[in-house]
Amino acid sequence: MAYQNIFTQVQLRGHPEEGVPLDHNNDARSGILGNTYWMGKLGGFQLGPIYIGKLGLASLLCGFLSFEIMGFNMLASVNWDPVQFVRQLFWLSLEPPPAKYGATFFVPLAEGGWWIMAGGLLTASILLWWARTYVRAKELNMGTHVAWAFASAIWLYLVLGFIRPMMMGSWAEAVPFGIFPHLDWTAAFSIRYGNLFYNPFHALSITFLYGSTLLFAMHGATILAVGRYGGEREIEQITSRGTASERAALFWRWTMGWNATMESIHRWAWWFAVLTTLTGGIGILLTGTVVDNWYLWAVQHGFAQAYPATGVVDPAALPGAPQ
Amino acid sequence: MSRMWKLLVLAPAVLLAGCELGTKVVEQSGYRGTGMAYVADKSDMAKPGDVPPPPYELTADMLKGDRASAVYENVQVLGDTSADEFNYLMQAMTTWVAPDGSVKNGGCTYCHNPENMASDELYTKVVARKMLAMTRQINAEWKPHFGNKDNAGVTCWTCHRGKPLPVNNWSSAVPDGPSITGRKNGGNSPAATVAYASLAYDPFTDYLAGKENIRVGATKALPSDHKASIQQTEKTYGLMMHMSQGLGVNCTFCHNSNNFAKWEDSRPQRVNAWYGIRMVRDINNNYITALGNVWPANGKGANGNRRGPHGDPLKVNCATCHQGVNKPMGGALMLKDYPALKGSYAAKPVVAQAPAAPTPMAAVAEPAKPAA
Repeated sequence: MAYQNIFTQVQLRGHPEEGVPLDHNNDARSGILGNTYWMGKLGGFQLGPIYIGKLGLASLLCGFLSFEIMGFNMLASVNWDPVQFVRQLFWLSLEPPPAKYGATFFVPLAEGGWWIMAGGLLTASILLWWARTYVRAKELNMGTHVAWAFASAIWLYLVLGFIRPMMMGSWAEAVPFGIFPHLDWTAAFSIRYGNLFYNPFHALSITFLYGSTLLFAMHGATILAVGRYGGEREIEQITSRGTASERAALFWRWTMGWNATMESIHRWAWWFAVLTTLTGGIGILLTGTVVDNWYLWAVQHGFAQAYPATGVVDPAALPGAPQ
Repeated sequence: MSRMWKLLVLAPAVLLAGCELGTKVVEQSGYRGTGMAYVADKSDMAKPGDVPPPPYELTADMLKGDRASAVYENVQVLGDTSADEFNYLMQAMTTWVAPDGSVKNGGCTYCHNPENMASDELYTKVVARKMLAMTRQINAEWKPHFGNKDNAGVTCWTCHRGKPLPVNNWSSAVPDGPSITGRKNGGNSPAATVAYASLAYDPFTDYLAGKENIRVGATKALPSDHKASIQQTEKTYGLMMHMSQGLGVNCTFCHNSNNFAKWEDSRPQRVNAWYGIRMVRDINNNYITALGNVWPANGKGANGNRRGPHGDPLKVNCATCHQGVNKPMGGALMLKDYPALKGSYAAKPVVAQAPAAPTPMAAVAEPAKPAA
């Protein structure tokens, strides 16, 4: 088959591909929606079949309920005015309970009870979706790499919204649901705990995040560059190295003295992505529980430089200071 | 075709760079490498206001004559000034607060009954008296906030700028009701007071009238008995946004952003701001709110509303004086032509002990001199 790219693609139409036969443990697949030309420009041109299944159905249900709780709380906050709901949407929020409620689950709905419920349902939805990615991969006799990568992201989500707040003994530590409110939370979190940039796990997380984009750029560029030799058929290149592989590898040995292989580059990418949220979650978990001020901690441990003091002293510490 | 491509390429460049094209003012304000710098677009910087000239020259002879208390009735604050200076100041106050012409009911009669100038029947006169006492209190006792070797001081003009009601003021926000309808948790709205962040839009009630402390940042590396929730931190953040906007400065004007809480790495300006917060509390609690029912109920006053929607009087925050400028009126010496405003009226000392010379306070404020 000739090399096909976005410009030369041939979209063969016929009976839709239904996939491998499934055993009796599985539900029926649904929704072979047919072919779309424009989806074919972005990826595969066939839409479906979709496997919904019990896990998928439960996940969608929980996700929908969570989404509705957030949305209706926000709509209520603007006195049920749909126009203001749209205008202020980026500012609106469903906030966790205030600090006075500690970590109890019995919080009045209007004061954060809805937040606990929305968070619980969202967590259920996410965990069910995780199980779905795991079970579907097993059914296809695939590895479970997607599920474990997803699990790393779920780890960070759970640390932010549940594990750390429980360890701190206060729901108020958790992140609000809202576009700007969660960003304000992030800024306040860093200021409260003495600047998250001095948290070494935050530093690792950023390293893996930026590293991920670098690897993505290098790998994507390499494969596109050898596409004319069939380089985009990566799996075939892994099992039977062709000239595309040879050239790609040689390019990197020429330019940086060493090359990843057709297989290992995907391990690099997978680990960088997974470690971003894994280290990030550790960093968040240690904040406030083990370290209260990351800058001071970093200076104590030679991780950050102490700058010359400006000579300013806390005026509240002076005798006779006004209160 | 090539023109279209050029436009396509130019569009994002213009969108990205078009934010602030003007000449920048860049000023390093801290140790190199700490990112402590002030960068501002010249055209965006607020212009320091003009200061109106004194009504006429105040000569040394005019300060000597009979005291105002002996010449006029019911002079409670300025009784110790000469009658000549008293009249001079009254004329200046008219220009500062209620000038004839630009203000409805402006001129002397904004506060006085022309039939009986001593009468307190107009609430504005009672307020003006309290404000005179306040101005003297600020000039005598709050030098750590604005004091420097010049001791610029304040007059009515510093806030009023020719208007009976200073442009920038605040009143308390209504607390949340019991249900989710209308519940914004005191924030989550595009509010100008906090630079359109979703932060708590009334950071003033607790910090500029109440005595809540800002200190949310941990001062020890490891967990201690220091407790501050994220929601509490966000409220302080809201106040900081107000200060930044009100003064036309950025965070590093006062703070070293590597660790906002640490005083030893901060700039001396942070000390000024610390005293400023306490000065504003003094103004709001002991002068404005202390007037109580002198403030007419909303809809009942002759000069428009002087209370917020929830009934508390309109109060002062940083922007009331500063109006977007770090030094109000560019640091003009407000007090030099008005010695009567220097005096201290029944003021109890708020700084019990003037900071001694070796403390860093000396860098920003000279020790308070006895009131003239």
